[in-house]
Amino acid sequence: MTKFITLAAGLTLALATTAHAQDKPELIVYTYDSFVSDWGPGPSVEQAFEETCECDLKLIGAGDGAALLTRIQLEGSRTDADIVLGLDTNLTERAAATGLFAPYANNPIALDVPTEWTDTTFLPYDWGYFAFVYDNTKLKNVPTSFETMIAMPDDFKIVIQDPRSSTPGLGLLLWVKEAYGDRAPEIWAGLAPKILTVTKGWSEAYGMFTAGEADMVLSYTTSPAYHIIAEDDKTKSAASFTEGHYMQIEVAGKLAASDQPELADAFLDFMTSEGFQSIIPTTNWMYPAVFPSDGLPAGFEQLITPIDSLIIPADKAQQARDKALAEWLTALSR
Amino acid sequence: MAHSTQPIRPIHFLLGGSAFALLLLLTLGTVGALWWRAEITSSLSPADWSAIRFTILQALASAVISILIAIPTARALARRNFRGRKFILTLMGAPFILPAIVAVLGILAVWGRSGYISDLIASFGLGPLNIYGFGGVVLAHVFFNIPLATRLLVQGWSAIPVEHFRLSAQLGMNTNDIVRHLERPMLRAVVPGAFLLIFLLCISSFAVALALGGGPKATTIELAIYQAIRFDFNLAKASQLAMIQFTLCAAIGAVTILIAQPMHFSKGLDRKSERWDGRETRYRVIDTLVLTLVCLFLFLPLASVLIRGFIPLFTLPITVWVAAFNSVTVAVLSAILSVCMSIAMSAFMIRIARKRKTVSQVMEVVGFLTLAASPFVIGTGLFVMTFPFVSPFAIALPITALVNAAMSLPFSLRVILPAMTRAEDNYGRLADSLGMRTWSRFRLAIWPRLKRPVGFSAGLAAALSMGDLGVITLFAPPDVATLPLMMYRMMSTYQLGAAAGVALLLVTLSVALFWIFDQGGRLEHNVR
Repeated sequence: MTKFITLAAGLTLALATTAHAQDKPELIVYTYDSFVSDWGPGPSVEQAFEETCECDLKLIGAGDGAALLTRIQLEGSRTDADIVLGLDTNLTERAAATGLFAPYANNPIALDVPTEWTDTTFLPYDWGYFAFVYDNTKLKNVPTSFETMIAMPDDFKIVIQDPRSSTPGLGLLLWVKEAYGDRAPEIWAGLAPKILTVTKGWSEAYGMFTAGEADMVLSYTTSPAYHIIAEDDKTKSAASFTEGHYMQIEVAGKLAASDQPELADAFLDFMTSEGFQSIIPTTNWMYPAVFPSDGLPAGFEQLITPIDSLIIPADKAQQARDKALAEWLTALSR
Repeated sequence: MAHSTQPIRPIHFLLGGSAFALLLLLTLGTVGALWWRAEITSSLSPADWSAIRFTILQALASAVISILIAIPTARALARRNFRGRKFILTLMGAPFILPAIVAVLGILAVWGRSGYISDLIASFGLGPLNIYGFGGVVLAHVFFNIPLATRLLVQGWSAIPVEHFRLSAQLGMNTNDIVRHLERPMLRAVVPGAFLLIFLLCISSFAVALALGGGPKATTIELAIYQAIRFDFNLAKASQLAMIQFTLCAAIGAVTILIAQPMHFSKGLDRKSERWDGRETRYRVIDTLVLTLVCLFLFLPLASVLIRGFIPLFTLPITVWVAAFNSVTVAVLSAILSVCMSIAMSAFMIRIARKRKTVSQVMEVVGFLTLAASPFVIGTGLFVMTFPFVSPFAIALPITALVNAAMSLPFSLRVILPAMTRAEDNYGRLADSLGMRTWSRFRLAIWPRLKRPVGFSAGLAAALSMGDLGVITLFAPPDVATLPLMMYRMMSTYQLGAAAGVALLLVTLSVALFWIFDQGGRLEHNVR
């Protein structure tokens, strides 16, 4: 067995030494898994920032948005991270309350986020609308609101994500709550027979939808852009709802304990600049927080534009969340 | 059985004891770490209690059904010798290790609303099949666990010395007599352990249960733990729920260990198995039917994984192959670790059992604890424990191998402990009377009887480690990934095709590893 302990120790050493091989300052950014994926924005962002900063940018994937915050809470002020990128406005209040984050230094140039930005700790880098996506060659009678969805025939099925384990799932919960207020439990009770199942995360749900299990899946209005641009597939569309669509605004924040505060601020400046923003639309498949000077990539003009943008202010999100979750559980557990 | 000659040597204390200490650290230790780190206290809500109820119910149903199907399947595999038998036994390693998301999509390809069966019955004018609900959860868990149960039972059958079957044939016993005198006592010894394993495996299910359960009614304890850690950052509640999982494990474990009757077959000469019973036509028909149905049930979803992943497999980027290398390294490492720990623990427990039966039984339950442990709690707890001292990135792969080894330990222990007990019972005294000591005693008297179970459990451990997303999510440094992590990252960026390719690669590598280890255990089996 000692042989393997030696081997394990060797592995440890090898990994540890590569981590400190360079003398350049290191900027550590914690983000969600899909950001660091080879198909996500990570690789291009790293390259673009390292060209300007004389530093080593380390992007570390740590689950999804909410898991990211948990990770930072576990690490506390001892964390090695300088930046956390990938929280959204539903989480910023809880994040700010940890006292682990510091305000950003420079106000960004005008943001193209469809809401006024007043937060001085977290800075948005992209945003999108939640929406139900369907196959336009199969579904002809497309629901135009939650109420028309309830009135759909019995064999019409949607697949959604669990708000307790998934960001889009939580988005849908708050969408219904913001659109219907006290009527939310009634809407959920009506939707219940249409919900084929609830999945842990977006990937499971989207996979089930593409396998033909459900007529619609909860995703983003920008999802069809992926199929149009990357796959030249025009069969996926997002349904426009008359209630308006709930927004997700994704943000990044600097940690107070960062040992590279200037570099961290430089990264946040870079994050709202063209170099970063032009990467977002076709890798993260969201709207950039600052539109590139030559406009959005071709294909984005085919997406639906919601009639109304819904969002619960960050300081009320936590409270609304707990109430809406209780209502959701009651309505769907019957 | 008289065993007075084998003392507990310091080496047994040292190796067996440290293996136990490690297990306790990973299970109760990680829960303790979370409890200590928790900032608020918490109490369980009615929703938590209904999650506990649902978890127990589905685990019970899944375990009972899996075993009921596995018994005739294992019997057919044990008494028939046909072309493809080995192939079936090897491929049975596959469903077991499928990552949740792959298994769900595979099962839906057959049983889903647009699956093969729905397509088939649509031509008779019947509506699409709807499996979502309690039935869907149990179906998925049965799919995962029939192979495991079958393999454990086949192992039980092969533990009956062939001389017994020969004698039965000479005495003119018919198939029913063999059931009564040989097979039933064997099942009595093997089934409780297999039941316990499956029950515990189903307890920590989460993504599969939710996706096929059709909604929040299918909330398991594991989901409640995930919610507590990720959504509410309520570590106190997470540790409470984890303790409930352990209590369940301990309770069910104690019951099964009390029910299980050890096998008392006399020793054989380790000859190649041969059967003279079950040759009547009706048994042939039953066996063929059972095997055909079970194979269809298990292998159709796997076929869909193959179909989906075959073309993307050839266009996978180089990073996937690096991740595959990492995964295989971790799997081999954790298989070896797992087997070493099992042997050390078994040797220790067998020696203690002679003096204090209860102590060894408690230790046996401890050996099962990792199975009831929540991967999130282990991961988060280890993170809390190690973070102040060492960068998580530095220990990512070793710690993943260690945790995977501990997670597969209940399986290895279940296979290795009975085999070692039998070897000690049958050959230990002989070895002692010949004056064999420590190493040569182990090498000549015990090891030849352990090789097969060791190969099998190393194969299981390796396959299990391959498919496990495990703690790597918390510890992964940039640029280091395992195959399951790679696959999840692909799926989260719309790369469903490539992810299907990775899934196929994952299954292929796991089955290959399983086969290599399992085969290794069979080498020179009959040479003596």
